[in-house]
Amino acid sequence: MEIETQRYDVVVIGAGGAGLRAAIEARSRGLKTALVCKSLLGKAHTVMAEGGIAAAMRHVYEEDSWQVHFRDTMRGGKMLNNWRMAQLHAQEAPDRVYELEAWGALFDRTADGRILQRDFGGHRYARLAHVGDRTGLEMIRTLQQKAVASDIDVFMECKILRLLTDGDGQIAGAVGYWRPTGEPVLFVAKAIVLATGGAGKSWKYTSNSWECTGDGHAMALWAGANLIDMEFVQFHPTGMVWPLSVRGLLVTEGVRGDGGVLRNAEGKRFMFDYVAEMFRAETADSEEEADRWYTDHAGARRPPDLLPRDEVARAINAEVKAGRGSPHGGVFLDIASRRSPEYIRRRLPSMYHQFMELAGVDITKEPMEVGPTCHYFMGGVRVDPDTAATAVPGLFAAGEVAGGMHGSNRLGGNSLSDLLVFGRRAGAGASDYAEGRSQVGTVDRAEVDAIVEEAMAPFARSSGENPYALHSDLQETMQSLVGIIRTGSELDTAIEQLDVLRDRASRVAVDGPRRYNPAWNLATDLPAMLTVSRCVALAARERKESRGGHTRDDYPTADPQLGKVNFVLSQPGGDGWSAEIKVAPEPIPEMPADLRALLEESH
Amino acid sequence: MDVTMRVWRGDETGGEFRDYTLPAHEGEVVLDVIHRLQATQAPDLACRWNCKAGKCGSCSAEINGKPRLMCMTRMDHLPEGPVTVAPMRTFPIIRDLVTDVSFNFEMAKLVPPFAPPPPGPGGYRMQQIDIQRGQEFRKCIECFMCQDVCHVIRDHEENKQYYAGPRLFIRYAELEMHPLDTNDRRELVRQKMGLGMCNITKCCTEVCPEQIKITDNAIIPLKERAVDAAYDPIAWLGRKILRRHKRSPAEAQAVGR
Repeated sequence: MEIETQRYDVVVIGAGGAGLRAAIEARSRGLKTALVCKSLLGKAHTVMAEGGIAAAMRHVYEEDSWQVHFRDTMRGGKMLNNWRMAQLHAQEAPDRVYELEAWGALFDRTADGRILQRDFGGHRYARLAHVGDRTGLEMIRTLQQKAVASDIDVFMECKILRLLTDGDGQIAGAVGYWRPTGEPVLFVAKAIVLATGGAGKSWKYTSNSWECTGDGHAMALWAGANLIDMEFVQFHPTGMVWPLSVRGLLVTEGVRGDGGVLRNAEGKRFMFDYVAEMFRAETADSEEEADRWYTDHAGARRPPDLLPRDEVARAINAEVKAGRGSPHGGVFLDIASRRSPEYIRRRLPSMYHQFMELAGVDITKEPMEVGPTCHYFMGGVRVDPDTAATAVPGLFAAGEVAGGMHGSNRLGGNSLSDLLVFGRRAGAGASDYAEGRSQVGTVDRAEVDAIVEEAMAPFARSSGENPYALHSDLQETMQSLVGIIRTGSELDTAIEQLDVLRDRASRVAVDGPRRYNPAWNLATDLPAMLTVSRCVALAARERKESRGGHTRDDYPTADPQLGKVNFVLSQPGGDGWSAEIKVAPEPIPEMPADLRALLEESH
Repeated sequence: MDVTMRVWRGDETGGEFRDYTLPAHEGEVVLDVIHRLQATQAPDLACRWNCKAGKCGSCSAEINGKPRLMCMTRMDHLPEGPVTVAPMRTFPIIRDLVTDVSFNFEMAKLVPPFAPPPPGPGGYRMQQIDIQRGQEFRKCIECFMCQDVCHVIRDHEENKQYYAGPRLFIRYAELEMHPLDTNDRRELVRQKMGLGMCNITKCCTEVCPEQIKITDNAIIPLKERAVDAAYDPIAWLGRKILRRHKRSPAEAQAVGR
């Protein structure tokens, strides 16, 4: 069988913020660079990021510094973060933002003409560079335009199925297919960067788009890399809850950063009742103090509404469970009674538009109904902090698909900066690797043919499982059993159900042509979704404590011993996507004393 | 209560509208119903979508004859009776509701890049008021509905090689108005990008889901600037004598500091 073959020095899979930034870096080194994406260019999930890019640029608060940003990030992640990644991130984020501006981004300005920064949950100072509530769009468009001007070859609507390694275990290429035609394609490369984002589409209520199916997590695992922290899934506290068809759609944390507060059905600002010991010293204990903070960060402590996302999501969950929720099973997010309509429309234009169009709610007049929604994977491929290299030689990973940076919980605004900082580092790491390699690896044609054949198999079955029904059942399982609050017995049940789903997935049948066939496209996404879901459930069962984005009803407190380990997943059995996955605890890297001292400073 | 969806099915060789009837659900948008169709009656029905929140511009289609985002069109806001969903007509069909929009990406490659002076320490200085207009244009989500509805290319395939279209005109206008940019694109838009072919019927402005005032705020000022640059004799003389174009790097630097 002949197969279209593309040869490159560096192939970047995924064209969100991290993938674009990695490709730009590789191309700037003069390497032949391909950028492969599942959708059209500029539509990746980064486009939905709203609030901003966290970077200690000190435009609004002189007191800010990379050290404070580092401390906030580590505390937000409940100290499980890879300290080196958190350090590099805090140190390099400002340069990455300035760089975007030099490439044409137009951020909102301060009175003296510099980039304006806004407040966000868990950040001690106003730190987020932003454009209203559409920062992700600004970022992806800027990078997209830079990439096009840099002469990077972009391959759109191409689904990558599997990575290939050669005889000595180095990366050799990747196999996929063109969605518009259904024809297979082989990429042969000296180095590959994974920038495929998250896997929220395995949950029923999620802010994620259809693309977030964990392709990179799964492909890395299958190729021999390790995943860490997969139990930590961030449920963003404020997703829309009504109408049902938009349930899960994101409501930016910027609403609270700009003065919005959470209330229960009784109108009470309940977050004051949910301030964990760790954050008590720096959180306001009266509404008066909390309201004063918006204009006076030095003289008042921050409102509890702006605690890290895991804290707020759990609180909302508890209020709804206690019967104090809103009519559609959320709580109220109120900015209407606190800020002028003009201010709200200027600061939060797309939120205004989104609620007006989709829910018929005027957020300048009424409160929004919100509840937790599956949003972000803290866990991902284990990488070297400086180079983004994975355990597979020649394979690199950056952005949401990489693990470690955010520990057990990510702060808002730290994702866009993560994409830029580690996207660039992965591009550089892959370039170094490619430059040091005289030849591309050898691709085993029989393996390529087998991958293509497996992908086409659903067409050959005259009857079998419906991929849509299977996906929907997977979402039910993950939503109800591996959601925001977990218990051992439910995780056991989830793993049993995932076994059944895996079995069913091997019998999926689809009809119609190969060209742009969404049923088939979904069928080819299922192996990754099922693998990643299994990783989450397995790791969640092992972590017998509550920490960050992982809450166990049967182990409700944090265990200091478990605060010193990552659970590492591997698939030593090799290639089949149904092979068993191993979970093992490993100690987290030891933090140097000077950085530890930063964390111990009392604030 | 049921709804009837009249959906175009086919490929580049031809196709037809097919009727599907399914129960109505409260609060749904057109894209929800298309998804339910895929899951129940038409598994291979092709459509593009990503964010389902009006932010990515993937799910453009012609709903009851008008270009709309499927994810932002509430079923209960449409008139009673069958809902017609067709692909964008200006672009070649791939299958069903999916069209080949590569024309727009090709045109984007021809835009001479943003060219600012090197930044000073702590980044550039720009006043909010000076970037407000550029920010309006950068709200564009590249749904390409303005391109779809533009009659210069909608029924005139032959014009596509001479005409960038409204999406690209706001990009040119954004760069032209950027306080730091030093690249002069005025002759290019006038001579090669077909700016003069736009006769300001404002169809693009009407369909823009981001409410960008494409015609008034981008195309008309761009036409004025391009024409001034080409035909204003005093400006022409000034350029000849001073040997310069839009804005020198030194001037742009002074703005950015």
